[in-house]
Amino acid sequence: MRHIDHKNVVKRMGSRMLLNKTFKTIFFMATLFALLSLAILFYRIVSQGIGFISIDFFTNFGSRIPENAGIVAALVGSLWMMAVIAPVSLIIGVGSAIYLEEYAKKNKLNDFIRMNIANLAGVPSVVFGLLGLTIFVRALHLGNSILAAGFTMSLLILPVIIVASQEAIRAVPKELREASYGMGATKWQTISKVVLPSAIPGILTGGILALSRAIGETAPLVVIGIPVIIQFLPDNLLSQFTALPMQIFDWAKRPQEAFQSVAAAGIIVLMMFLLIMNSIAVVIRNKFQKRY
Amino acid sequence: MVQVNLNKPQLKETTDLNQNVNMNSLVYDTKQLNLWYGNHHALKNIDLAIKENEVTAIIGPSGCGKSTYIKTLNRMVELVPSVKTSGQIIYRDRNIFDRDYNVEELRTRVGMVFQKPNPFPKSIFDNIAYGPRIHGIKNKKTLEEIVEKSLRGAAIWDEVKDRLNENAYGLSGGQQQRICIARALAIEPDVILMDEPTSALDPISTLKVEELVQELKENYSIIIVTHNMQQAARISDKTAFFLNGEVIEFDQTDTIFSTPSDKRTEDYISGRFG
Repeated sequence: MRHIDHKNVVKRMGSRMLLNKTFKTIFFMATLFALLSLAILFYRIVSQGIGFISIDFFTNFGSRIPENAGIVAALVGSLWMMAVIAPVSLIIGVGSAIYLEEYAKKNKLNDFIRMNIANLAGVPSVVFGLLGLTIFVRALHLGNSILAAGFTMSLLILPVIIVASQEAIRAVPKELREASYGMGATKWQTISKVVLPSAIPGILTGGILALSRAIGETAPLVVIGIPVIIQFLPDNLLSQFTALPMQIFDWAKRPQEAFQSVAAAGIIVLMMFLLIMNSIAVVIRNKFQKRY
Repeated sequence: MVQVNLNKPQLKETTDLNQNVNMNSLVYDTKQLNLWYGNHHALKNIDLAIKENEVTAIIGPSGCGKSTYIKTLNRMVELVPSVKTSGQIIYRDRNIFDRDYNVEELRTRVGMVFQKPNPFPKSIFDNIAYGPRIHGIKNKKTLEEIVEKSLRGAAIWDEVKDRLNENAYGLSGGQQQRICIARALAIEPDVILMDEPTSALDPISTLKVEELVQELKENYSIIIVTHNMQQAARISDKTAFFLNGEVIEFDQTDTIFSTPSDKRTEDYISGRFG
């Protein structure tokens, strides 16, 4: 006895096909919506700010006159902050990921730690700002310096880096580890020669995306009291400084109409910054993938 | 010191060794081995004496503990958490479970070839040189010698000699498996463990690996787990039949396949189960 009645199949074919098409359309619209809003945003910012992008804009300090306002202090400040965040967060983040994936035993305590690291990634950035204010600015007397801001931002993105690195390490096939151990390699030799080379594209992708987030974050900087009007370039890690999102935030809240355009110009610079970083991530990733 | 050993052709060295010692001395002597994965009793009171320069095949249905047993011989089984063992495995006069027995040292003397070809995503040269490098050989000339000798040993030198710098992933499955055998040879082992080395290969590649096993027998002791009873019959000197974590029968391969003494062995080899 047959369970599938062909007549019935034919009868239902039309509605099945319709449903099929409907979902395709819904998903396409979702993508289109995201792309379109991004394009509108991009168009608005660029058309508004492009007029203020000039060599002077990159070499001038902040000013009360919109035409003279420049971004050099914020740009250099962000670069300094990056120089703290990148090594601190990558070393600690990748180190913890290696420990959790390769060394830590599978028990309840470690499962609890793993779960909570993932949860930490969801904590609002302003909370990390308060943490930085308490520990780095006040308790360790670092003041509102590059170091204090860099450490705070490192804490903020650490969970993201740890989770991304853990995933990259976990994706390395078990067979490759077995091959290495099977030849008498120690754990460290296996990690450094087999696991990390295979995991590095994933680690770098996650790491650089996290760094991009750190560049764009404003709330923690506001909380730890990073100033906006800075008329000098920082010369050491304990200098005062300002950063791109702070500067943009300050311009955007000024009453004069012209400063809105200056803010737009600042956003263009910030976006270029992020774009360059992401391109570096892609280049590094491709380079490593070619070798393996 | 390593350097001096390496400059001697290994073939000769092994032959010398064989002449000095009794041809029938044991490489592995397993005594009352028990193994548990958590609460699952996977190996039960295993007693097995494996002789030098022979091919020992381990057969049995899926889940009978044959892979577990071979992985215990180089303690790879310990990569699985929650493994417990009791009993002894004597490898060349020392119990491998001794507290001060270094597992890295054991695995340098006991090479392993896995079920699925698992070359590293590196060049063919770097794959073979991996073992020697982790054991401290840096000299380029020495490494080149080892790579050539190992690839010749695994009967794949002629196929890959012009493309040593290409990624090993570009090779066919059968070639990859022979690269993995060459990689195991490069650490100049005493024993080679093979865990179903041909189960992922086509018949022609399988034949090549089987022929290779016959050649390697001259210089190495080989323990091979196989699903394929014809393969065990073709290439092994001794065969052990495992069932539910126990050794049911261990004898000359000819005897096992012609006049097995246990009913269960007979049922298995005649294809009545498994």
